[in-house]
Amino acid sequence: MAKVFEKPKALTGKPNHYCPGCTHGIVHRLVAEAIDDLGIRENTVGVAPVGCAVLAYEYFNVDMHEAAHGRAPAVATGIKRVLPDNVVFTYQGDGDLASIGTAEIVHAANRGEKLTTIFINNAIYGMTGGQMAPTSLLGQVTATSPYGRSAETEGHPIRMSEMLATIEGTAYVERVSLHDIKNILKAKKAIKKAFEVQIAGKGFAMVEILSTCPTNWGMAPAEALKWVKDNMIPYYPLGVKKEVV
Amino acid sequence: MAKVLMKGNEAIAEAAIQAGCRYFFGYPITPQNEIPAYMAKMLPKVGGSFIQAESEVSAINMVYGAAGAGGRVMTSSSSPGISLKQEGISYIAGAELPCLIVNIVRGGPGLGGIQPAQSDYFQAVKGGGHGDYRVVVLAPAGIQEMADLVIDAFDIADRYRNPVMIMGDGMLGQMMEPVEFAKKEVTISEKPWATIGNKEGKPRNIINSLFLDTQDMENHVLKLFEKYKEIEKNEVRVECYNCEDAEIIIAAYGTTARIAKNVIQKAGAQGIKVGLIRPITLWPFPTDVFKKWAEADHVKSFLTVEMSMGQMIEDVRLSIKDTKPVHFYGRTGGMVPLPGDLLKEIIKIRGEK
Amino acid sequence: MAQELIISGFGGQGVMSMGQLLTYAGMLEGKNVSWLPSYGPEMRGGTAYCSVIITEEMVGSPIVNEATAVIAMNLPSMERFERTVNPGGLLIVNSSLVNKKADRTDIDVCYVPANEIADELGNTRVANMVILGAFLQKTRAVSEDSIIESLKGVLGSSKEHLIPLNREALKRGTQSVNP
Ligand SMILES: Cc1ncc(C[n+]2csc(CCOP(=O)(O)OP(=O)(O)O)c2C)c(N)n1
Ligand code: SF4
Repeated sequence: MAKVFEKPKALTGKPNHYCPGCTHGIVHRLVAEAIDDLGIRENTVGVAPVGCAVLAYEYFNVDMHEAAHGRAPAVATGIKRVLPDNVVFTYQGDGDLASIGTAEIVHAANRGEKLTTIFINNAIYGMTGGQMAPTSLLGQVTATSPYGRSAETEGHPIRMSEMLATIEGTAYVERVSLHDIKNILKAKKAIKKAFEVQIAGKGFAMVEILSTCPTNWGMAPAEALKWVKDNMIPYYPLGVKKEVV
Repeated sequence: MAKVLMKGNEAIAEAAIQAGCRYFFGYPITPQNEIPAYMAKMLPKVGGSFIQAESEVSAINMVYGAAGAGGRVMTSSSSPGISLKQEGISYIAGAELPCLIVNIVRGGPGLGGIQPAQSDYFQAVKGGGHGDYRVVVLAPAGIQEMADLVIDAFDIADRYRNPVMIMGDGMLGQMMEPVEFAKKEVTISEKPWATIGNKEGKPRNIINSLFLDTQDMENHVLKLFEKYKEIEKNEVRVECYNCEDAEIIIAAYGTTARIAKNVIQKAGAQGIKVGLIRPITLWPFPTDVFKKWAEADHVKSFLTVEMSMGQMIEDVRLSIKDTKPVHFYGRTGGMVPLPGDLLKEIIKIRGEK
Repeated sequence: MAQELIISGFGGQGVMSMGQLLTYAGMLEGKNVSWLPSYGPEMRGGTAYCSVIITEEMVGSPIVNEATAVIAMNLPSMERFERTVNPGGLLIVNSSLVNKKADRTDIDVCYVPANEIADELGNTRVANMVILGAFLQKTRAVSEDSIIESLKGVLGSSKEHLIPLNREALKRGTQSVNP
């Protein structure tokens, strides 16, 4: 039991700025635990996004690089080409990865870059105050879809994991959720696997994590977790989308 | 219509709708998010179209397309997003299309911060994108002026077939002041050059900025610059405040001009005569007005005040050809000058002479 | 007298809307006004504040660095803004949430148990109206009628039924301090 509450070495321990009940904090911990478990802390370089996790460089106790909005996979590619023996990961939100940075993520995967991407899908733009994300669900009301997202004008929510699974260079993609303990443990395993795939040199690896934004969803944290289970999972089925063995 | 209390960002959006703008393409970024939010709500009600694009690059190219098709169109963003739009702005200027671009400036470079700044002056007035071109840049200093300039901006854009930029900052975007919308009839001029389908017997319309033949390219740029000369002749806007007997003239626009006005009153109370030249058009720059006041004997020096390390100061110095000293006071990175500090600077300058 | 005021509290205490009401009321009375919010990530859980200017003169900078009055709805707000009150100026403290006295002796300090009074009225959320009442009593910056008039504009017809509660909260605030 005691071990659970210990601070992972790969976290600085600086109190984070996330809203109460936000799942960004949980994911930080899971990523740090995976880094600790694999003993790669001193060999890892992380790339922070532009989004609520923009300050990830304050929290991960590894060398970090702050990228422009959406460009983390390109920045990570540059880092990896200089340091092929290091472990390089990006941590990106759905606006960062699935909107402005679609080209970068698709082509990093397509080149089979040996990178690990942690993709936080919370179906909204958190940092900028609750605008529609490409992953927002149909009917979801946001600051820029005040009448609810409509397929007619905004298109359908984008399933990045399924899309990236079709790419040759992708070695591993899994979608996980954080809505209960059982799923958090699964998420932890998936994150660790995504690092192992990179270390084994198999290709691009990504874990999509269904997450919450209680603040901009206008929900209490528990209610938000239930919303993930009831609304997000039916549209974003969990599981391994691709694994090269 | 009665006065209402509005944020600068909301006033921009409402004014655009009243000016007949029906197309908005943007991407979220602080501190301008109220503009797209307002447009997302209101445009569908007036038969318009709002799209949150996948990026600023995409948004400005939607503007390029819509403008070419003859739509009254705009986009808005803040500094890092405006950097991404520069490619599109260069194409729009090259293809001679009208549109409005709003920049609610924040501190930089890089990701920077989200607090007000004026450090995108060079980018706005000296090009920004590649090539020989100009963008008309309007710099409001209050919410009423913001609304009024939006309406004028669309007309200027149409008249000269040129992109127009409104440059505010985080403070002007977020603050509220009373604003009144003078319900003007909007008349949007004909756009015979728009690509709306080639009607039998009419020449085809092509929106383009490619000129592989060097002579053609040069001729095109020369034609653009003929147009820019007209704009420089007709569109300069400037406010002069307390200049008649000033010994020091402050040059400032937007937010810093507001602060300057406070300080001018305080200085006046201490017997120091300070005036203000407030460019409302940053391009075309009010060169002649600066020249005129520089020739006045009572004016001993100029003081440029900016929320940057000093960008507009270059235009002030060029305008007066350094015939009088041009001092500088600025804060940057999201810091706004304090009236007290500016007053100290004025007292210091006065002691120096 | 020109009012240059800072209203500060937690996000959710209604400090922004209190400032807007005051600004709106000033506008209705034909004065020159401005309202400037703090913005950014600071809003999450931290202190949110706005600067309000109501004056017969021109409004230059909307930023208030030297305040004629500060309303502090919580402790961090008092700690941050007590020093910005001009000598002889006014500090109104929500004593329901701040159990500390101000350090300054050169200013007028009023302690208003705004949350308690609001609770007595059956709705904690009108604590901001209570403290606004106290501010009006001290400064006469705008009339109560103008505030109610602005409130009608802000609430819209669907929430007209909330007007009597707000009016009562204002009144109780007025009575909580000496003019
Ligand atoms: C070029 C550019 N455009 C826009 C922004 C503004 N911006 C900051 S974060 C963000 C989106 C955040 O959403 P997401 O990636 O989903 O992450 P979350 O905040 O939800 O974790 C945007 C649009 C920016 N910083 N740079
Ligand atoms: S805004 Fe949303 S995503 Fe951002 S920290 Fe708060 S809850 Fe998390």
